[in-house]
Amino acid sequence: MARYGMVIDTKKCVGCMDCVVACKTENNVPEGYNRDWIVYVTEGKFPDVHLEIQSQRCNHCDNTPCVSCCPTGASHVHDVGKVVLVDHNMCIGCKACLAACPYDARFIHPDGYADKCTFCIHRVEKGELPACVSVCPTHCMYFGDLDDPNSEVSQLLASRKYHTLLPEAGTSPRIFYLI
Amino acid sequence: MNSISRRKFLKITGFTVGAAAASTALNPIIKGAKEINNKKAKGIQKIPTYCDICFWKCGAIAYVKDGQLWKIEGNPRDPLSKGRLCPRGTGGIGAHFDPDRLRAPLIRTKSRGQEHWKEVTWDEALDFIANKMKKIKENYGAESIASFSHGIGGNFLKHMLKAFGAINFAAPSFAQCRGPRDVGFELTFGDSIGSPERTDIENSKCIVLIGSHLGENMHNSQVQEFATAVQNDATIIVVDPRFSVAASKAKYYLPIKPGTDIALLLAWMNVIVTEKLYDEDYVKKYGFGFEQFVSEISQYTPEWAYPETGIKPDLIRTTARTMAMYKPATLIHPGRHATWYGDDTQRSRAIALLNALMGNWGRKGGFYFPVSYSLPPYPYPPYPTPTKDKLDNPDKKYPFASEEITTGIREATITGKPYSIKGWFVYATNLIHALPNEEETIKAIQNLDLLVVIDVIPSEIAGWADVVLPESVYLERHDDLHTSAFKEPFVGIRQPVVEPPADQKPNWWIAKKLADKLGLSHYFPWNDIEEYFDYRLKAAGLSLAELKKEGIINGPKQPIYIEDGIEPEFATPSGKIEFYSLQLLQAGFDPVPKYRRPEEPPAGYYRLLFGRAPVHSFSRTQSNPILMDMMEENEVWINSDIAQRWGLKSGQYIRLKNQDGILSNKVKVKATERIRPDCVYMVHGFGHNSRMLKRAYQKGASDAQLITKYNTDPLMGGTGMNVNFVTFEVEV
Ligand code: SF4
Ligand code: SF4
Ligand code: SF4
Repeated sequence: MARYGMVIDTKKCVGCMDCVVACKTENNVPEGYNRDWIVYVTEGKFPDVHLEIQSQRCNHCDNTPCVSCCPTGASHVHDVGKVVLVDHNMCIGCKACLAACPYDARFIHPDGYADKCTFCIHRVEKGELPACVSVCPTHCMYFGDLDDPNSEVSQLLASRKYHTLLPEAGTSPRIFYLI
Repeated sequence: MNSISRRKFLKITGFTVGAAAASTALNPIIKGAKEINNKKAKGIQKIPTYCDICFWKCGAIAYVKDGQLWKIEGNPRDPLSKGRLCPRGTGGIGAHFDPDRLRAPLIRTKSRGQEHWKEVTWDEALDFIANKMKKIKENYGAESIASFSHGIGGNFLKHMLKAFGAINFAAPSFAQCRGPRDVGFELTFGDSIGSPERTDIENSKCIVLIGSHLGENMHNSQVQEFATAVQNDATIIVVDPRFSVAASKAKYYLPIKPGTDIALLLAWMNVIVTEKLYDEDYVKKYGFGFEQFVSEISQYTPEWAYPETGIKPDLIRTTARTMAMYKPATLIHPGRHATWYGDDTQRSRAIALLNALMGNWGRKGGFYFPVSYSLPPYPYPPYPTPTKDKLDNPDKKYPFASEEITTGIREATITGKPYSIKGWFVYATNLIHALPNEEETIKAIQNLDLLVVIDVIPSEIAGWADVVLPESVYLERHDDLHTSAFKEPFVGIRQPVVEPPADQKPNWWIAKKLADKLGLSHYFPWNDIEEYFDYRLKAAGLSLAELKKEGIINGPKQPIYIEDGIEPEFATPSGKIEFYSLQLLQAGFDPVPKYRRPEEPPAGYYRLLFGRAPVHSFSRTQSNPILMDMMEENEVWINSDIAQRWGLKSGQYIRLKNQDGILSNKVKVKATERIRPDCVYMVHGFGHNSRMLKRAYQKGASDAQLITKYNTDPLMGGTGMNVNFVTFEVEV
């Protein structure tokens, strides 16, 4: 069974937000909301500055506080790729998962249910890449099976330095940032 | 790692989370989308076209789902996009859904600049224009109608105006953008840099960016190639007063004092020449005037450049040696928006010369020789012979201007010299934001008998028009065939994907109808544009049906490097690369560029710099609901220490006041370590004051409004606009 994850090369990312726009049109994300977003992390004093640009979204964590706190079972781990999903029909919009997620990855859709990145599972199941990955003009995003040692994502993680966001939260995130 | 939370991010970028929460629409991306596209069709249609959100013209495939425009992706056959659009292109569908779009032809009812209009039929609007045009022709001659345009869309309108007898055509892309660069390279190599630029970034081993923020400036193919070069561990050297995104990829970041780039370039060349690090064979074979050049350059040591530029001599030497180490695969990028200080052609020439020392013209990793599909033109009758000369550059005041100067036409419109200009056609360019000194533009407009603006949105210049013609957006229309000169030849087609939402029309239709009213029907012998396409494609042995289906027809690959066996030709007077330019000398200019110190800001003032964001094109996209959702206002970047001195915090609104007392709209402060203390920076195109642009109205500040001063490039008439200074008004 696959375990999907995403590897993003921060050396190549230019923060153009194409990933954000593509997600928006692909998934009809309503105006004023986003499933993914860009964060600029600046360190240092001019002119000795270090800048890392991160394309962020739901980390599809291995340990999922958002799933364990969900009173209806709407938030669940999908059997394909262990992707974390929300069943819109079962969701009552109680916001427990919004409070539980340390990454602020979720929002309440205007139609009343919790919404977030789905790893574009509807595309992945057809053999396509997630919209953000397929659009990125710098080709800095990689998607695949972390449990397959021969996958591009596993190979990249084996050969390059990387970090995840808030490892101290104990969620074992599956979005990795190459540095 | 101090990760910023999503909620904070939303606050920072000012998303209107609360407002949207009320809607439970089925068409979530854009409110009202359902009403626009209510076709019955079921299933997904994929229609190839090419993008028009900027001028790069990336090949794309638009998706229509159950009759509704859904999304747009890159066309994998297109060598420019290689299947991936940039963020503006991906958000391009927002242009169709933009609720602020022009919907019907408008005629002004009160005085110019007051936004009072009546909606009229196309017939009424075109009659009105044709009658005015005929009157102007009678009283002043057809040459007294000028046109300003941007992008491929203007082709048919220009054709109509030429048939009428007009001769004065200009685009801000020359005198307000790439002109100095093109001329600087023409003077040196005898050829222009082109658009897309003939830069072989993907194969470069060392890329030098001077004030060019690739990545923020989102020229798709170039950004893709830049990322490839980064992946291949190319050495990046970035020169910029601001720590740009590109600077964050650089091995060497040179935080130069604004306006001193020529000093740095001369010092680099000094190191390369005195240490004999240049490509000797290449220079010997193709160079002209090298000895004079060397003797001129020998005075500019890194020690000389240090106090001017603020860049340490060591760093100047190291970076010069690095460039030489990777030659000829070292590329000093010519940049694009090159109108900074008024000595821009000479700066661009210095960049050209540094490249020439690398021996990279025509070499892999340098500048390739572009190729294009040769598509025969449509056989129109000849245009009438003009009785006057073009008026933008009287007496060749700017001897090296290789295209028409917008501000020259503006000047002639104000003075009536060398002859009167009484009509302006403005196509898809917001002159109020594109030209420096708004007041002069408005003064010129007041002398006109006719101002026609053709656009998709009610830009500021539309507010000044007598007649506004609403064009359909690129997703709803055909435009001319696309055959840019690039790394490989191709032909691209733009074709309608969806119907326009109201009474908007494509420019070819507008041009043809107006030609009919002017008695010029014989210049439009085809019935519709597909007939025109078919003629041209057949003449080239291509099929329209195939092009419509694929969007792109690729031509056979051709040699593009000297390494492939091409013998370069240089269309300069000497037939060689001109290290020393006799034609410049004869015209009274420096044959080798010289450095002149820029004016310093007065105490308490900061130099105003401006540039681009990847999610917007000029001042054209701020009302696009998707792109506006990505970035709805600009911020003014202020060095943290300076911000602290003024007691300014990030997110706080202030106003900027320039040296002439002009006060900007309110704009958010971005206190940052990513800029020098002596300048401020903002993204161009915001601060709209056209009330008809409801979403963009008064969001952010307009740099154009603050650019009341400009230095004119004596070689080619470009307007150097980085010469304005601003201070802060803390009370808003
Ligand atoms: S599209 Fe790619 S380069 Fe652009 S911000 Fe997203 S990840 Fe970065
Ligand atoms: S990032 Fe948040 S929403 Fe996504 S799986 Fe982890 S805890 Fe759940
Ligand atoms: S994977 Fe799909 S849903 Fe998730 S951020 Fe990317 S485009 Fe959006």
